[in-house]
Amino acid sequence: MNTKIQKNIAISDSGFLFNPTTGESFSVNPIGLDIINLMREGRSESEICTTLLESYETESVMIERDLHDFIHMLRQHQLLENNDGEDH
Amino acid sequence: MTERIINIGVTGLNAIDSPGPGVPVIRGLREATSFKTRIIGLAYEPLEPGIYLDALVDKTYLIPYPSAGTDMLLARLEHIQSIEKLDVIIPNFDAELYSFIKLEPALKKIGISMFLPTMEQFEERHKVNLNTFGEKHNMDVPESKAVINLVDVVKTAKEMGFPVMVKGKYYDAYVAATTDQARNYFEKVSAKWGLPVILQKFVKGTELNMTGLGDGNGNTIAAVGMRKQFITDKGKAWAGITIHDYRLMELTRHFITTTKWRGGFELEIMKSSDNTYYLMEINPRIPAWIYLAIGVGQNIPEALVNLALGRKVEPYESYEAGKLFIRYSYDMIVSRERFEELSVNGELENNVEKP
Repeated sequence: MNTKIQKNIAISDSGFLFNPTTGESFSVNPIGLDIINLMREGRSESEICTTLLESYETESVMIERDLHDFIHMLRQHQLLENNDGEDH
Repeated sequence: MTERIINIGVTGLNAIDSPGPGVPVIRGLREATSFKTRIIGLAYEPLEPGIYLDALVDKTYLIPYPSAGTDMLLARLEHIQSIEKLDVIIPNFDAELYSFIKLEPALKKIGISMFLPTMEQFEERHKVNLNTFGEKHNMDVPESKAVINLVDVVKTAKEMGFPVMVKGKYYDAYVAATTDQARNYFEKVSAKWGLPVILQKFVKGTELNMTGLGDGNGNTIAAVGMRKQFITDKGKAWAGITIHDYRLMELTRHFITTTKWRGGFELEIMKSSDNTYYLMEINPRIPAWIYLAIGVGQNIPEALVNLALGRKVEPYESYEAGKLFIRYSYDMIVSRERFEELSVNGELENNVEKP
């Protein structure tokens, strides 16, 4: 599954995201921001899971589930590439 | 040598909850770098708030409503011209545009320039003609039909399927979910704006707006996209943000090229869930949120005045996405004498030095 954030999304260090195509903005918490930064580095979903497991004391199955949900949410909000042909 | 001051008449000073564009247009003119200006407000009612904004408007004259006819309007403007020596007028209301377009040659003769759509452009973009416009110019538009009586309302609404939009020919739009609602909205809208009323197929999606300026030869002088962030109960944007939507920009450039649009405009677009960009409305004038475009560097009122004066205008090429406008209301304290002066004499000079 593609986990690349659209190139034109503005992401601030505070976790504020702005999509200049749709005008929508979002706030993510520090873990969300970590995930997004890993995605921007081009890491795959499984690589992101591994990195998060190293940083947080929790079970891998929980991380996988939460990460999957988070990515689904990013896709729903048209923040990922190849989403409805939106990126240009 | 002193720089000549450009005298500009501006309508739409009703900065109310469904605001006219006059006040933000004037702010743009005040911030113009290519000329200095004296602003003459042209108002229909003595309670239009822009009249009393001393820092923006130098003098205001009451003018007759469009329903009084173009002869009355011309006579009043001739009187104003004999005193003010206007160089340009920027009309900002849909309902007055017909009269001003009709009067353009007569006003030109007395030294007043405008930069308005042609009568053909004005007529063909009308809500009533949207289907034909879409076919002619190869743009996606929702199915629309003009109706003039309740029998047609019910028949057309059923054919289109509910919900259906019920729109006034100038302003107002309601979503009707049932036949009864469609009837009620038809009565309400026709009582206020007259006939016909437009029934339009409901398109679910995200509303996007575009303002811009065409030079009349198919060239885009300015274009800025906006998404509403906060909407009043009248459907007006009270906050909005600039956006960069590639397809919206392409659509706008296509609109200007194919129609050879002359003047300012606002396009109301609905981006549907299947990513079709439906052209919902073309407002043939500058919108009330124009100060956002000015705020991101595209001073459309300034460019429009320069085009009206026959000056060369370089197109604006870019703007920043992610800038917001957030509107606010503000209470002015106005003396009874000023209100009285305008109400009785039909004119009011601001910034007069008091003895």
